[in-house]
Amino acid sequence: MSEPSASGHATAESAPAYGLIAEFQTPNALVKAARAAREKGYRKLDAYTPFPIEELTDALHLHHNRLPLLVLLGGLTGGALGYLLQYFVTVIYYPINVGGRPLHSWPEYFVITFECTILFAGLTTVLGLLGLCGLPMPYHPVFNAKRFALASRDRFFLCIESEDPLFERQKTAQFLESLDAKEVSEVAH
Amino acid sequence: MAEEQNVVMERPEPHEIIAPGYTFSSITDQIASVVQTKRTPPFWFLGFGLGLALLGVFAISTTLLFILGPGIWGLRTPVMWGFAITNFVWWIGIGHAGTLISAILLLLNQKWRNSINRFAEAMTLFAVACAGMFPILHLGRPWLAFWLFPYPDTMGIEPNFRSPLVWDVFAVSTYATISAVFWFVGLIPDLATLRDRAGNKIARVIYGLLAMGWRGSAKHWSVYETASLLLAGLATPLVLSVHTVVSFDFTVAIVPGWHSTFFPPYFVAGAIYSGFAMVLVLAIPLRSVYGLEGLITDKHLDNCGKVMLATGLIVAYAYILEAFTGWYSGNIFEAAAIHHRMTGPYMSSYWSLVACNIIAPQLLWFKRIRNTPALLFLSSMVVLCGMWLERFVIIVSSLAQDFVTSSWGIFHATRWDWGVFLGTIGLFLTLFFLFIRGLPMISIFEVRTLLPHAKVDKEVAE
Repeated sequence: MSEPSASGHATAESAPAYGLIAEFQTPNALVKAARAAREKGYRKLDAYTPFPIEELTDALHLHHNRLPLLVLLGGLTGGALGYLLQYFVTVIYYPINVGGRPLHSWPEYFVITFECTILFAGLTTVLGLLGLCGLPMPYHPVFNAKRFALASRDRFFLCIESEDPLFERQKTAQFLESLDAKEVSEVAH
Repeated sequence: MAEEQNVVMERPEPHEIIAPGYTFSSITDQIASVVQTKRTPPFWFLGFGLGLALLGVFAISTTLLFILGPGIWGLRTPVMWGFAITNFVWWIGIGHAGTLISAILLLLNQKWRNSINRFAEAMTLFAVACAGMFPILHLGRPWLAFWLFPYPDTMGIEPNFRSPLVWDVFAVSTYATISAVFWFVGLIPDLATLRDRAGNKIARVIYGLLAMGWRGSAKHWSVYETASLLLAGLATPLVLSVHTVVSFDFTVAIVPGWHSTFFPPYFVAGAIYSGFAMVLVLAIPLRSVYGLEGLITDKHLDNCGKVMLATGLIVAYAYILEAFTGWYSGNIFEAAAIHHRMTGPYMSSYWSLVACNIIAPQLLWFKRIRNTPALLFLSSMVVLCGMWLERFVIIVSSLAQDFVTSSWGIFHATRWDWGVFLGTIGLFLTLFFLFIRGLPMISIFEVRTLLPHAKVDKEVAE
């Protein structure tokens, strides 16, 4: 459990905090709060949950990501490379004449082309996932939040970051407290 | 950190996929405490010990194989594929159920898969590892296995891309890679849970490194869900293709009993059949030893039993069709191949496989059998034996008696054939028991989504 130390709080007075975080006990409360925060005009906010919540994705307008496009490109690249590898080897680099049959025997290339497509697309999915999420990321300020270890267990968090143009420590804290949060606290950098 | 399991749980109703009374934290504690505990049950030591003992047999058998060559096996002309390829096909088939559960059932939105997909995927991974051993050990000079891959070598030669054996190299290595990454991606959120729950520093650092800083951010979850669906979408055609390509190893050859167009679906159905049998063989003891009946409920076993029955019927249809094709083709060699199988030197294997794969599983029609774990366990074992015999009969009986009577020859397995086979069972058990000790065997975050209070109310979502 990573509780911010006393000294951490003292420096947080002077240094700007990462943001304000509110802790909720149910997915319902969190989704409601996220929706309210969006309506209020906050844009730099993120939620932290122990499992994926589809409604939250809606509430925070996160539905679009570029992963499918990347995977499509990865798959096409893999397929093209697989086909070209076979073409190059069987037609140019190491041709074998079997009873005058055509060297460019494309039906025979199908399986490896397919496998390479899947292989490249699958690896692109994983690397794309890590890339788009910015992982691995050993340190993130949100880990300083109180009881944040429960975000991988049974608690639901909503964090409004200090970078948000509407962010004002007093007002934002009051707003979050009005949302049925169990507790609102500051997240040190 | 709650080390003790204090889960208050009622017995689940037969139709439920999760027992009532669970909360987010009790799910977390119950699954994680199998790993994060100081007390390892004797069952674990027993299973792991058996695995290690058989792994020792594997080490001895393969050492001897490396020194003396495949002649220590019963391989003699004309049967040059023997146990090695039988075991390869059998193991890789077992792996297929894991991918089916994790990918195909995800796409079909079958919620019950959430509590069995993790260990089924692990099973896939380890089964593919065992399968991959055999073609390599069978090479004669296994240390030159890298010759199978196309690379600019000094000999100036390249693999033959028109051969199903080379397709196999690509299919199996792709399958192993994709299964591994799919499994790992599924583990990331649970690794973060273990990290946050870990009592000691070393465990926290190890799980922390593996979790890569996962923090459950909504932005990450949205990409994560996309990635899971994409991987499932990619793994689905892949899993169907792998056993199809394996069956090409046979169908593309002109050997009677092999050369047939229905092998791909027949092999895939058989693969899923044996794979679900293995899932049950693993799930039934695990859930009772670790008290997981609330998460892997009777409904799960019932469903797996039904899948086994359905795929078993497809396999039965394939056997009938195989015999029919032999007769209807009018080809004397095809007819003879079937005749030899049923009445020749391998007739005992053939009729045993019919008994194990077609007759015995008919008991699964009865709900009472599907709801009695001990009987279900037993019938899964029968199916595993039956599927092994099926691979054996297809491979060996076809090779033993082909076109010319003068080139016939009977295969006799040696103790080293059995040694390597039992050895890979040891490898599988060792890896599997290490997995259940070190990683959550049930997907914690996916099981959380099964709880009624994980749902967001309609009016809130509007």
